[in-house]
Amino acid sequence: MNAVDATSITQRFGKITAVDDVSFTVREGELFGFIGPDGAGKTTLFRIAATLIIPTGGRMNLFGLNVVSDFRELRNHIGYMPGRFSLYTDLTVEENLQFYATIFGTTIHENYYLIEPIYKQIEPFRKRLAGRLSGGMKQKLALSCALIHKPRILILDEPTTGVDAVSRTEFWEMLEGLKREGITIIVSTPYMDEALRCDRIALMQQGKLMGIDTPAAIRSSYGKRIYAVSHRDRYRLLLALRAMTEAVGPEPFGEAVHITLREGASVEDVKKSLERAGLEGAEATEITPGIEDVFLGLMNRSESLKV
Amino acid sequence: MEREKVIEVKDLVKRFGAFTANNRLTFDVYRGEIFGFLGANGAGKTTAMRILCGLSRPTSGRVLVAGIDASRRPEEIKKRIGYMSQRFSLYEDLTVRENIELYGGIYGMSMKEIVPRREALLERLSFTSYGDMLIRALPLGLKQKLAFAVAVFHDPEIVFLDEPTSGVDPVTRRQFWEMIYETASRGITVFVTTHYMDEANYCDRITIMSEGRIVALDSPSALLRQYGTASVEDLFVKIARPQKNTV
Repeated sequence: MNAVDATSITQRFGKITAVDDVSFTVREGELFGFIGPDGAGKTTLFRIAATLIIPTGGRMNLFGLNVVSDFRELRNHIGYMPGRFSLYTDLTVEENLQFYATIFGTTIHENYYLIEPIYKQIEPFRKRLAGRLSGGMKQKLALSCALIHKPRILILDEPTTGVDAVSRTEFWEMLEGLKREGITIIVSTPYMDEALRCDRIALMQQGKLMGIDTPAAIRSSYGKRIYAVSHRDRYRLLLALRAMTEAVGPEPFGEAVHITLREGASVEDVKKSLERAGLEGAEATEITPGIEDVFLGLMNRSESLKV
Repeated sequence: MEREKVIEVKDLVKRFGAFTANNRLTFDVYRGEIFGFLGANGAGKTTAMRILCGLSRPTSGRVLVAGIDASRRPEEIKKRIGYMSQRFSLYEDLTVRENIELYGGIYGMSMKEIVPRREALLERLSFTSYGDMLIRALPLGLKQKLAFAVAVFHDPEIVFLDEPTSGVDPVTRRQFWEMIYETASRGITVFVTTHYMDEANYCDRITIMSEGRIVALDSPSALLRQYGTASVEDLFVKIARPQKNTV
């Protein structure tokens, strides 16, 4: 049985189509990522999965239970962490956890082993009001509360947005631990690099899924040879690459600009063209495309289709 | 190239009671530079940035921003800088044009100055058709681009950007950084914080803070060489991770 079966899910809010004919499945025990920017529809899709809103169209089952007709039964199996911190800020750390355990008819003690690796990091602060925790600690408390009833699936909406790179790494390590306990996890993020930690990912943009596959397969789907071009003067380099015909789609990537080549053009042609523009000594090396390269490629393709 | 300092910080200390948020920070920022300010949540970035913006006073140490002493005349600093954050940028219930007017007015510009510059700005951003729309009706990416343009509308000497690209799509994120480049090439200094480690590479120099101190300060490439790491992300995880026992 699949953990999630979604068929043609659509959600409209007035004239806006937030989720547009989305179908996917998540296998039991899978760590499944939704990657996309703000406004892609990730939160709406997760709210449907968490039985909080009824989709305008389509059908979604979790473990064979329907998110609309079986929502009461299903809620016992779902741990949901919304994007916005929504625990009780005027209760302490411990009181929040106690509260969530109680409404799910369990105790902190009963499933403590599951939350222990996470909760023990904030336990020294158990008497502190949740509203007075740092961002990283709030996130750990929210995850503990989402886990206290031992759900079969965790639905995590952008748990790492605005969180620093160190805490993000720690958070993903925690998720890998939970996956080993057999818990299915669906998680969304705007950070493309985090996609590599998922078993499979869905790329989402403007309500639509642009692709679903393993991170490795997504990267190899890029289909074109891609080069990283670098020069000390990055801004001029970008402008020069954009102005020339040999390079296609120059995209700045921090220290380098990524390009593909127009048919028939070579890296040497690009270098020569840069020299003519006064940018001597530029370096160009072929690289393996990253998730973000694929995403940009798909976005640009859909943009050009629209025009 | 002449290297004129626009920010000079020497032994900056900021304490809140027994807690030391900034512990003897020393660094300079040069005119026209893109300066990245990185660190884990709680490392003390926001505290330092508030002092540099004239919103909070140092406990001790010397802080000069655009030549003005942050301990003595913080109000003067505010006139010389621009500021934009991810959380608050523009008034949602005012239109694009009204927001620009408001900010121009706050910085002492007259309507005579504001109107032609405002229209030129909208033109340059291809925003003319959005001019009379309420901010709340704009997608996040457009809002953030506009917020940045508004923050430099009065030609400040320095613009402070606090996580300007959080949650923004990869295409808009790149357009945003091009605006930053363009701004820096006009001689405006850009002081920016971000959680996207790839963006650190766009900066001329970066500093990494951990537990109230500066633990690294140099160009991204020099830091990678110095610490022998392949990416800024690896570097960050290596040196910015706080001691475990302090949580």
